[in-house]
Amino acid sequence: MTDVLDAGANREADEVPATTRADWTSDQEVRWCPGCGDYSILTAMQLLLPELKARREKTVFISGIGCAARFPYYMNTYGVHTIHGRAPAVATGLAMARPDLDVWVIGGDGDMLSIGGNHLIHALRRNVNLNILLFNNQIYGLTKGQFSPTSQKGKVTKSSPVGLVARPFNPISVALGSEATFVARTHDMDRQHMQDTFRRAYEHEGSAFVEVLQNCNVFNDGVFSTITKKDVREDMLIELNHGQPILFGSEKQYGVALAPEGVVIVDVAKLGIENVMVHDETIRNPSTAFSLSRIAKTPATPTPIGVFRAIDRDEFSSSVAAQIQEVQAQLGKGDLGDLLRSQPTWEV
Amino acid sequence: MTDTVDAGPAAEAPAVDEVIIRFAGDSGDGMQLTGDRFTTASAMFGNDLATLPEYPAEIRAPAGTMAGVSAFQVHISDHDITTPGDAPDVLVAMNPAALRSDLHTLVPGGTVILNRDTFEERNLAKAGYDHNPIDGDDLAGYQVIEVPMTTLTKDACKELGVKPRDADRSKNFFALGLLSWMYSRPIEATLDWIEVKFADRELVAAANRAAFNAGHAYGETAELGSQRVVVRKAPLEPGTYTNINGNTALSWGLVAASQLSGLPLFLGSYPITPASDVLHELSKHKEFGVTTFQAEDEIAAVGAAIGASYGGSLGVTTTSGPGVALKGEAMGLAVSLELPLVVVDIQRGGPSTGLPTKTEAADLMMAMYGRHGESPVPIVAARTPADCFNIAIEAARIALTHQTPVILLSDGYLANGSEPWRLPEVADLVPIDVVYATEFNQTNEDGEGVFWPYLRDENLNRPLALPGTPDLMHRIGGIEKEDGTGNVSYSPENHELMVHLRHKRIASIPVPDAEVAGDADADLLIVGWGSTWGAITGAVRRIRTAGRKVAHVHLTHLNPLPANLGDLLRSHRRVMVPEMNLGQLSRILRAEFLVDAEILSKVKGQPFTAGEIQHAINQRLDELAGEGS
Ligand SMILES: Cc1ncc(C[n+]2csc(CCOP(=O)(O)OP(=O)(O)O)c2C)c(N)n1
Ligand code: SF4
Ligand SMILES: [Mg+2]
Repeated sequence: MTDVLDAGANREADEVPATTRADWTSDQEVRWCPGCGDYSILTAMQLLLPELKARREKTVFISGIGCAARFPYYMNTYGVHTIHGRAPAVATGLAMARPDLDVWVIGGDGDMLSIGGNHLIHALRRNVNLNILLFNNQIYGLTKGQFSPTSQKGKVTKSSPVGLVARPFNPISVALGSEATFVARTHDMDRQHMQDTFRRAYEHEGSAFVEVLQNCNVFNDGVFSTITKKDVREDMLIELNHGQPILFGSEKQYGVALAPEGVVIVDVAKLGIENVMVHDETIRNPSTAFSLSRIAKTPATPTPIGVFRAIDRDEFSSSVAAQIQEVQAQLGKGDLGDLLRSQPTWEV
Repeated sequence: MTDTVDAGPAAEAPAVDEVIIRFAGDSGDGMQLTGDRFTTASAMFGNDLATLPEYPAEIRAPAGTMAGVSAFQVHISDHDITTPGDAPDVLVAMNPAALRSDLHTLVPGGTVILNRDTFEERNLAKAGYDHNPIDGDDLAGYQVIEVPMTTLTKDACKELGVKPRDADRSKNFFALGLLSWMYSRPIEATLDWIEVKFADRELVAAANRAAFNAGHAYGETAELGSQRVVVRKAPLEPGTYTNINGNTALSWGLVAASQLSGLPLFLGSYPITPASDVLHELSKHKEFGVTTFQAEDEIAAVGAAIGASYGGSLGVTTTSGPGVALKGEAMGLAVSLELPLVVVDIQRGGPSTGLPTKTEAADLMMAMYGRHGESPVPIVAARTPADCFNIAIEAARIALTHQTPVILLSDGYLANGSEPWRLPEVADLVPIDVVYATEFNQTNEDGEGVFWPYLRDENLNRPLALPGTPDLMHRIGGIEKEDGTGNVSYSPENHELMVHLRHKRIASIPVPDAEVAGDADADLLIVGWGSTWGAITGAVRRIRTAGRKVAHVHLTHLNPLPANLGDLLRSHRRVMVPEMNLGQLSRILRAEFLVDAEILSKVKGQPFTAGEIQHAINQRLDELAGEGS
């Protein structure tokens, strides 16, 4: 194996060649429905990677199943379209085996929070070096419109014709509950914000989790338009910026403050700017970030976007590799003949 | 059977050619350890041997009850043997429950050694006795040796200042000492072992040593002299030996495969009996660059192994039947991706939780067909504990050279059973050649080099290009792919072509011809697979020693089957297939070869004995003789 990758390693010493969007675009025809939010996410990614000076051969997209999960086919990188829900597991094995790679994980809300919820929370808990993008359209797109674990209570879908009974997951809260070290939200209507957020995820060492609010214009059109449409954004999206007071509204007249019952939206004029929360993504205790994630229960109310949390913690695969190196440093490389003789032996 | 030995540890003891001893007691009595130490001493002494540990399913079943009985059977001999024995000659019963649960296994006239101290009201009641079997006629027809083991152990430990309760824990060493004396075992190795094992608990070491010595001396002082025998060395092939169980051999085989292929070993696993010991063993061998990943479930375990394999590791996942059921979809993905993967199924009694600590071999159909769609995978099965080493290498070799998931079948009996193993020379192990693509393999319309991930070679294998390889970026996935380009394709003709290619690729993997043991011209052919090898081989030897003819074919490769198998099956008048299931291989043989392969089934959570198979063979031979030829 090492021989094969030597060629790549030699290149590593060289400057990364400049690339353009075209270099990152595969020859496959994109098959999402016209108008699907997935297009703009793909564009954001294809435009960002040249800026990041990433290497195509060192970049791998691993996905589950769903509309979102078709993403790898359209990237001119390495890619595996796996099975429903299991992308974080496959990606974990790859990241452990190959710490030299940039591994991105792509999936939908059903893929990552329903069938694959277990893998997602454990990847986040372990802090494996993965960039995980969850395209949340609050619906099962590929299977044509059943409710998903992020669909709103009361939602009428094909499988809930008189309204959905259960309450949804909030993906940001789930990620924070798993103590993910990087948690962010962005949306498909703002390329610059997506790129800024993906860049932060890429630069983060460990699991980076990004929820991308994504419009499924066929089965769930406009679920996020109450917050992401250009003309409402100022009032409905609460941008989180590290070190800045959390303010929103056309005049920055609203803010976020800590109250006994959690984080609440306040009128800045009434409360005073000094009482508005200053965003700190580096607080180790995830409770504050969790409170922020609870501000909006539905897209009908102002919703925070940006980086909720970004902290340093030991990365999983390198810690596993370090244990191996430590043992090898102590004992030397294993010798098979010695292993076979490691239990009591006798001669005949 | 007895004659006098002129040398050895017990010069005056008469020799017997073999003995089967069953140590049985409460889970807390340390019977596995006792059996294991007796086995090691016998192995080092030079006997051939085979073991059968039997654990209760509960970790802490109520003490003294039948549910809590833990037993260890060991067969030692001065000649080549293949099973842990049909019925024990000696039963060591540490409490009434052990006697009640295992007495029926003993040969008529066999010896019962019991710890008399435990045969009091409370323990008798817990075992479900309404009387004391020592006083009743339960033990009529057996030789009974009653020993107050608890009392004698406590006495032996008194001087040491060990608390009576702690001293009680050493009574298994008393039993071990007594049995070591009765069978003239060398004692140094055991005493040394106590020293090392309890190095940081001097008082425990002292108590165990005292108990062992007291047990050893008891035989002498209680005038059990007439019971003392020796089982002489077996004429084993010259070489260096170790006593090995199946799970350890399998783990080492995987390490060997990693060394032979030059690929790092990646194990994704989720704990499950009886497979967990492979995870434990491999976790200890980081010096070989082994990465072990205890995943959140079996699906993640196989998923991670697939990811690691895609990245250029030897990807392995180990589990038992319930775990294989969970891995089915991911194995289908590996079939579609045509990535190397070793899936180890250490079978246990099913369905569902079934008999987690007992053996069965009823996952063959699941291995063959337990995935959706047409998704063939090669299957190999180990036949003895030591054979698990070879089979692990074979599974990895097939996976890596044919780029496919391979299922390796072992079972609880092989996993925990042990036998002396003549160590192979590392230099004799055959390297595994792994080739990864580094160059374009096609030219597009514009005359530029491109990489087609599904452009097959003459063996129908596709090129694997590892991520990180410059220029060969490509996408693969579980959706049907166009032959050659690997692009997503829903074309009906292409799907049919790919289904056939995947089938043909696996069906044409070369497999060694099946070899016939016994009489090639016999009327009756016994076909076996997996751990039934020992019992079938033992039975066939007995039948042939008695002057009757029988043939035996034992399959290592279950998919594809050896090319000569059909001819072999058709060249005997009758075919019988002993299996620890209701007839899975026999059904495959019927389907594949249109032969009347008869099932001999056993599903008791225990391996066949040679006697059971011998009996079935004799019946068939009698019938064949009656039919004439
Ligand atoms: C094991 C399995 N179960 C069910 C399916 C069917 N299935 C495919 S995608 C999907 C849900 C897709 O929803 P989501 O993950 O939100 O992705 P989207 O299509 O909305 O992007 C389901 C249920 C499957 N492919 N595999
Ligand atoms: S179904 Fe919805 S999510 Fe899927 S491609 Fe169409 S618009 Fe996009
Ligand atoms: Mg969805």
